[in-house]
Amino acid sequence: MAKAISMREKKEKLDTVTIYIMGQGYKVPSSLTIMKAMEYAGFKLKRGVGCRAGFCGACATVYRKLGDYKIYANLACQTKVEDGMYLTQLPFVPANKAEYNLDEIKPSASTMLRFYPEIARCLSCNACSRVCPQDIQVMDYVQYSLQGQIEKAAELAFDCIQCGLCAIRCPAEIPQYHVATLARRLHGKYHMIAPDTLEQRVKEIEEGKYEKGFEELMSLSEEELKKRYVARDFIDQKKA
Amino acid sequence: MIRGYPESMRKSIDKVNKTRDKRIDQIMKDLTLEEREKVLKEFHPDYNPAYKRTISWGQNKGDYVPNEVADILESYPIYDPDEIDLSQIDYDVGILIIGAGGAGTAAALWSVYSGVPNDKILLTTKLRLGDCNTVMAQGGIQAADRPEDSPLIHYLDAMGGGHFKNKPELVKALVSDGPKIIKWHKELGLMYDQNEDGSFVENAGGGTSRNRMHCAKDYTGMEIFRNLKDEVINNEIPLLEFSPAVELLKDENGRVAGALLYNLETKEYSVVRAKTTILTTGGFGRLHIAGFATTNHYGATGDGIVMAYRAGAKLRDLDSTQFHPTGAAFPEQIVGLLITEKVRSLGAQVLGKNGEQICYPLEPRDVEAASIIRVTKSTDNYVETPTGMRGVWLDSPLIEEIRGKGTIDKNLAAMKRMFARFDIDMTEDPILVHPTLHYQNGGVELDENGYTSVPGLLGAGEISGGVHGKNRLMGNSLLEVNVFGRRAGITAAKEYKRGKKPGKLTLSHVKKTIEQLDALNIKKKRFSPIILPEYRSEAVRDRLIQLFESSL
Repeated sequence: MAKAISMREKKEKLDTVTIYIMGQGYKVPSSLTIMKAMEYAGFKLKRGVGCRAGFCGACATVYRKLGDYKIYANLACQTKVEDGMYLTQLPFVPANKAEYNLDEIKPSASTMLRFYPEIARCLSCNACSRVCPQDIQVMDYVQYSLQGQIEKAAELAFDCIQCGLCAIRCPAEIPQYHVATLARRLHGKYHMIAPDTLEQRVKEIEEGKYEKGFEELMSLSEEELKKRYVARDFIDQKKA
Repeated sequence: MIRGYPESMRKSIDKVNKTRDKRIDQIMKDLTLEEREKVLKEFHPDYNPAYKRTISWGQNKGDYVPNEVADILESYPIYDPDEIDLSQIDYDVGILIIGAGGAGTAAALWSVYSGVPNDKILLTTKLRLGDCNTVMAQGGIQAADRPEDSPLIHYLDAMGGGHFKNKPELVKALVSDGPKIIKWHKELGLMYDQNEDGSFVENAGGGTSRNRMHCAKDYTGMEIFRNLKDEVINNEIPLLEFSPAVELLKDENGRVAGALLYNLETKEYSVVRAKTTILTTGGFGRLHIAGFATTNHYGATGDGIVMAYRAGAKLRDLDSTQFHPTGAAFPEQIVGLLITEKVRSLGAQVLGKNGEQICYPLEPRDVEAASIIRVTKSTDNYVETPTGMRGVWLDSPLIEEIRGKGTIDKNLAAMKRMFARFDIDMTEDPILVHPTLHYQNGGVELDENGYTSVPGLLGAGEISGGVHGKNRLMGNSLLEVNVFGRRAGITAAKEYKRGKKPGKLTLSHVKKTIEQLDALNIKKKRFSPIILPEYRSEAVRDRLIQLFESSL
């Protein structure tokens, strides 16, 4: 579609590219991310914006490029604009999250299947992995979940930011990122057991072992406290 | 461009790469308290009077704060109080929690654990559940659980980091609850990194004297939040998204008794009446204090301070702002984003343009930031990017020289991914950094149970003041949102059981605010809370018009 060029855009001196936001063309500086380009174009974002740093998964963006049949997907806050991008955002993904009480379930294939029976429908097409902006092997962790290899599923899925692109692309209608949460929590709770030192310390604190120490520290003047601070020893730290 | 960097920067990178072997065992001396004081006074933005003024009205009148904070406090409400019908209550609850980030979700869960029926709770948030700074926290969470460590040592580290201005009973609560929080997180199934022998991986942080930074790769905040969020849904806690609070409501006895919400999409307001209100709205990074870029979430606009101040709550320590020593300075697309302190915890040094160290890499944050600003402002030992941004090198490849190949993949996956998106491989080349606006050290004053100075109003998380004094240490914020979120939840549950019903709702405190503002004769009328920052281009903003909505 040919973009209409306004007088203002003609005067623009910056190095620009043309992007299409939901089909409508805008000229924007070529150095911007998709998110900043949308703002430059005049959108005050409410949906499809969050941490702006690649951690929150709010700005999943689907696009095609002019003359290219492929569908691309990425995070708007982490992707530079290119000339001829046709963009749309996916600020919300309808996907059911199962409800469970983690204390009452065990890390196993049957748990995964009980809460997410649809994982058995996986066609192994790998569309989920290909669309993932975090480059996670999504299909593989779905398969590991199905096989009851919870540890492998949890570790593969660790970098997930829950943008939901996988769930939208999946022909088997699996909410992969919710499956990942269940796998990680089962692994974290039942396989990665906290060291005894943690429990011991909690007990010491509850029994009041440090109360006297606190009382003393809190009674010190700022000068006395400073002296203690400067004199404190360092363990395992690289110090001159 | 060669491997993501322009030729002009490559020359300096070559020097960094060539000097690495020589530097590997060189340790810079850290500064004495006197030297710290000097570099802070000369170069930290907190000490620059051009960025500050005093608050002109209310309970903190005369306090010296950043101009941007004074601006939002000296602003009119964004609605007309006379247009609000408080007689029609939309949500009548026991506990209202404003802000669904780390502190808000922790508070909601602990209210439920303490026996409050879930349908008596209302969790509201400006954007989505989890649109918060918590998910962006990378480096870790402090908790003194190792035998060679103790809550007392953690206390001393935190007090020193805060320049001894912290509120002692809050620090005691923070450090004493640390191990308890990790234990709770393990029950929820958090995947904290562990060594082969089962002990936790615990790293150093700036200003800490023991290794106590627990982490989950460099997605620590994300991993914490994913679990809290999952539990909020499992516990069926009622949630309103895209509904920021725009004002606190009080009752005729002067007690905070709910809030006025605004639906960002339908533009209608709704009235919430609550026995207890917990303010967990986060900090003010998006106010861009002193003109700095920020690591913060889009919604971090300091709304909570405004609402609490109008309701009469005391603020403290807002004169100090945390600038994180290492924000990205290149490439331009990610300027200001966080480069976690963990990069330095793992051994990366801070270098000038010729590859020599410029400061001890693990000073408390304010001192480290001031030391870097000193180099970029008063020497020529910095590197300039093609767009004129100045920075210093953070020698990330050194991490793998010290700890072996694969360390970055395993511990800094998020960082590596962010730079790889712009063709930079941080295992091969250093990354350019400059301090960036990171954290609101002060805020609404709390006591150790989460009470503010106004009845009916509790607080937790970055909105609060006193825990960190004048400077927060790494890893104490993820701890704070959990510790004080939990405490606020437990306190609110007690209040709930006491069963005092709120009286008639009123906005009289806001009308009084308006009278006080009128008396100031402010030339340019401003409005707050801000809700969302303004990033549209000027050309567009010049052409904005208001249509009469009923005609649309």
